[in-house]
Amino acid sequence: MLGYVPLGIAFGVLCVQMGHAWWLAPLMSVAIYSGASQFLLLSLLAAGASLTEIGVAIFLLSARHLFYGLSMLGRFRGSGARKPYLIYALTDETYSLLSTRPETRDPAVAFRISLLNQGWWLLGSLLGAVAGSLLSFDSTGMEFALTALFIVLTVELMATIRQPAPFVIGLACGLGALLLLPKQHMLLAAIGAACLVLLLDYRRRAPGTVEAGP
Amino acid sequence: MSTGTVLLAVAIGALATIASRALPFVALSRHHDHPLLAWLGRYLPAAIMVILVVYSLADLRPLKLDDAKGTPLLLACALVVVLHLWRRNVLISIVVGTGAYMAMVQYGT
Repeated sequence: MLGYVPLGIAFGVLCVQMGHAWWLAPLMSVAIYSGASQFLLLSLLAAGASLTEIGVAIFLLSARHLFYGLSMLGRFRGSGARKPYLIYALTDETYSLLSTRPETRDPAVAFRISLLNQGWWLLGSLLGAVAGSLLSFDSTGMEFALTALFIVLTVELMATIRQPAPFVIGLACGLGALLLLPKQHMLLAAIGAACLVLLLDYRRRAPGTVEAGP
Repeated sequence: MSTGTVLLAVAIGALATIASRALPFVALSRHHDHPLLAWLGRYLPAAIMVILVVYSLADLRPLKLDDAKGTPLLLACALVVVLHLWRRNVLISIVVGTGAYMAMVQYGT
């Protein structure tokens, strides 16, 4: 998926523009390898969030991967030595490819696609970081890429879920936490509150009436 | 901010991301059909994503209508939603939306 390159470039440029060394962007693309986590980490570092808050916020943001993994449990079972890499590289984009293309049932094909995706992402972030440190251009406004990414993921989820409740819960918890708390603390409080509301809603319903996952 | 602090933050971010990917294979394989997991799997990502939209709007540019960046921000958000509903292409939505926002804040509306 060549689509990884431009987003990687945007990440690399933004990382350098925020005052980090050129090698930080490619390092993050290897160590973290998640566009949303990497963009959020830049934002949290700039906001002066504590290391604990960074860890919890990125884990909660990444919690969607838990459900990708659950649906790949059976698929990855026979993949042998490739399994650790397949698990580590299970990004949003790779998951959407693996869950829609039948030929990826072959672990060798799944492995190749995962590796290729990370290669493009790494190349993009390296290009962006190098270009961002060599060329001086006005990158004001580039941080909007993070907002755009979250909006796109929200629209995708709306198309799948087709129920307003979880989005309304998220909006209410998000706005409530924003009004009550400073910005760097609102994320955890809002996600915690949303979890609580969803758990209460789950308990309110009789067991066994819940539909299967997405 | 020292390089050490940044590297520590990257290591923590890496652990948190890898944990989210590895946990199902390590700990949840016996509970994959638990109704609570199915419930959270269906609704929690949606709530979290809306919260992240709110967070990113609040954190990066204060949402004030008298702010020079307030109107471009709302316009760019609307553009991303419309583009994505229309083309359903992640790349087009993000690149065009970000480009439009950058043009608006750099050259004025």
